[in-house]
Amino acid sequence: MKAHVHVTLKTGVLDPQGKAIQHALAALGFDGVEDVRQGKFIELKLAETDAEKARASLDEMCRKLLANTVIENYTIDLVEE
Amino acid sequence: MKSAVIVFPGSNCDRDLAVALEKVTGFRPIMVWHGEADFDKVDLIALPGGFSYGDYLRAGAMAARSPVMKEVVKRANRGVPVLGICNGFQVLTETGLLPGALMRNANLKFVCKDVWLKVERTDTIFTNRYARGQVIRIPVAHHDGNYFADADTIRRIEDNGQVAVRYCDADGSFSPASNPNGSIGNIAGIFNEAGNVLGMMPHPERLIEPALGGADGRGFFESVMQELVA
Repeated sequence: MKAHVHVTLKTGVLDPQGKAIQHALAALGFDGVEDVRQGKFIELKLAETDAEKARASLDEMCRKLLANTVIENYTIDLVEE
Repeated sequence: MKSAVIVFPGSNCDRDLAVALEKVTGFRPIMVWHGEADFDKVDLIALPGGFSYGDYLRAGAMAARSPVMKEVVKRANRGVPVLGICNGFQVLTETGLLPGALMRNANLKFVCKDVWLKVERTDTIFTNRYARGQVIRIPVAHHDGNYFADADTIRRIEDNGQVAVRYCDADGSFSPASNPNGSIGNIAGIFNEAGNVLGMMPHPERLIEPALGGADGRGFFESVMQELVA
């Protein structure tokens, strides 16, 4: 089974890279981009076939390594192959 | 005084740190590779600057989970002094030994220059050789030195007096211009609650004798020395 993990900065944490992207988009003529937040996308392939167990394990991976919960949130999506 | 410098793949200030420690303490530190799960008993553990594991995932994230850091965390919790400089500071926040996180510099640029720092505490094992409020000049060289913690954490570390040094102007005053990276409260270095762990973005090991352009950084190493010998 595959999993998609998105790691994003928490609301209220300044994202200077997102701001720079927003300004660059404006410079390219893309008007009306009101905000940009940059994050990470991590794709994992798991041997586990039980969705519940996979989710529990992924949650632990996120808390222990994939995200820094001081500044980041994460979401986990299981993807059927 | 025996010390250890922890070396990760991608560390690049480990030798400078070792030279500084040897000059000040008179003993050559042991160099401990990241894969070592155990090492000799030492009086000080130092984590150097650099780009451990190429800054993969987040600066310090991989190093914080390396075998040697399990032992460093264990010893830190027993009271052994631990000093993390630059990438070492990032590693310490990633292990949870120090609160908060170091984020990308607010202006997105790598900053490499001398900065002025105000020493906030002098009753600690790392800063007893400085005067309270003393302004010192030490270089920074980093891309991710923007100290962040949530409002409750900032309040707690301020109330506890855990801020070791802050970026300031040459006259010791604080202004946005003296803050090289956007750190909250101009924070350049913090202690853990017990005071035996210090993380700082500036590089004291780079200014330990006049031949290098100044000796303002020497006090951090002399302080530990003084504390342990006294």
